[in-house]
Amino acid sequence: MDTLKVLVVDDETGMRLAVARVLNTYTARPDETDEHAVGFSVETAESGEAALEMMAASVPDILLLDMKLPGMSGLDVLREIRERRHETLTVMITAYATLETAIEATKRGAHDFLPKPFTPEDLRVAIRRVVRHLAVQREARRLAEEKRQVRFQFISVLGHELKAPLAAVEGYLQILKDGSAGSDPAVVARVIDRALVRTEGMRKLIVDLLNMTRIESGQKRRELASADLRDAASAAIETVSAAAAARGITIRLEAPERAPIVADRGELDIILNNLVSNAVKYNRDQGRVAVTIDRTDTCWRLSVADTGIGLAPGDAQRLFQDFVRIKNEQTRTIPGTGLGLSIVKKLALLYGGDVSVEGEPGAGSTFTVTLKG
Amino acid sequence: MTPASTLAHILLVDDDEDFLYQHRIQLEHAGYRVTTATSRAEAEALADEAAPDLAILDLMMEQHDDGFVLSHHLRKKMPGLPVILVTAVTAETGISFTPTSGAERAWVGADAFLAKPIRFEQLRREVERLLQGRHKGQGARG
Repeated sequence: MDTLKVLVVDDETGMRLAVARVLNTYTARPDETDEHAVGFSVETAESGEAALEMMAASVPDILLLDMKLPGMSGLDVLREIRERRHETLTVMITAYATLETAIEATKRGAHDFLPKPFTPEDLRVAIRRVVRHLAVQREARRLAEEKRQVRFQFISVLGHELKAPLAAVEGYLQILKDGSAGSDPAVVARVIDRALVRTEGMRKLIVDLLNMTRIESGQKRRELASADLRDAASAAIETVSAAAAARGITIRLEAPERAPIVADRGELDIILNNLVSNAVKYNRDQGRVAVTIDRTDTCWRLSVADTGIGLAPGDAQRLFQDFVRIKNEQTRTIPGTGLGLSIVKKLALLYGGDVSVEGEPGAGSTFTVTLKG
Repeated sequence: MTPASTLAHILLVDDDEDFLYQHRIQLEHAGYRVTTATSRAEAEALADEAAPDLAILDLMMEQHDDGFVLSHHLRKKMPGLPVILVTAVTAETGISFTPTSGAERAWVGADAFLAKPIRFEQLRREVERLLQGRHKGQGARG
């Protein structure tokens, strides 16, 4: 259990002792559970000057500060705390809270007020509020830190993902430069082809990255207009038709005549292009792809089923994370950025939907996206 | 100078198609015979028949420690086989998997560790050094 430090500043001895007695035996449960329960250790000071001196050595989590003190007033103490940038939550104890003094105290950083006279229960309620506020504050800080870490991790992985194709292209240029490719035109052609394949992969990575930045920053205005999912699916199928035909893969579209949705057509294209091109890329030769569009009560449902390599049970969740590609003998030579499905997921979420996948190793996969509208 | 190791046979294992192809071309150009494999399983299957004079293994293939395990197995099967382990800071973890302790190195049994991206000249020097060391120990190879 965590213990919060409380400093009670009051010139009345009886008050200091009473507050200390109540809080030393109190356990606050901000969310009604024992998990985040906190206890208190109480120190006391009889004047503002003494309190500030104690705070110079160690800042309490919570300051219970009497407004009316001999010497420095409660407001003076508040001002000084603010100047010193002490991080403490102050509850003002007031016998005569006029509106002006309350406003003034709030301006100077008081968090809450506890009017005199108060019962032990009043005190506990006020303290519990502070504890809840501290818990929320701590959680917000933790989330901000986590976000920073995720971002750092993303940039670090991105650096590696951009370096890899560059290293490959450099390697090929080096081979051409130092003449180790020899004079066999087939070798030279393959060297050049591979260099082009890797630059193409890098270009796709950058395009995906820009798409992703656009989705996440929310800076570029989305152009929501009436669009049709059937049209978007047909266009995506058209885009991969040559690659599919080359490997004898057939693609079937099953959709109502019209599948209207208010959406950014560019975003629909990204979703469909990713799913349909994956269904071809990870398929077997002579395989099949089925694109199905239908409706539930509230959503359009878009599913793309293939007869390809499928996926292992544990891979389904990982697949939608940034830069995750399933590494195995079958995927080794298939180019990909590792961002496509994570972009699909981010977009589906924007439309109040989601994406999921079902599949078995060797028995194909079915990706299903829902979009509200 | 013609190195003593001309026509020595190198087993090159990496799941990166480009790395494999580039190093095969360069090693062949430098006068070596090269057999490639793209996974630990494939390498282990062909190791006996290939009977390489030296192995160059990538650390990370399908599994994070494939290179380590392959090195360990090859050395058990072919004691004295020089092994060069090529490592990369992995994109997923940002962590370098180069073994640091003496015990780790002894278990892996690699003679040299090179960090990607590697310069071919550097690789070739290591290959020559290790092959020469081997030939001194075992007598010249026909």
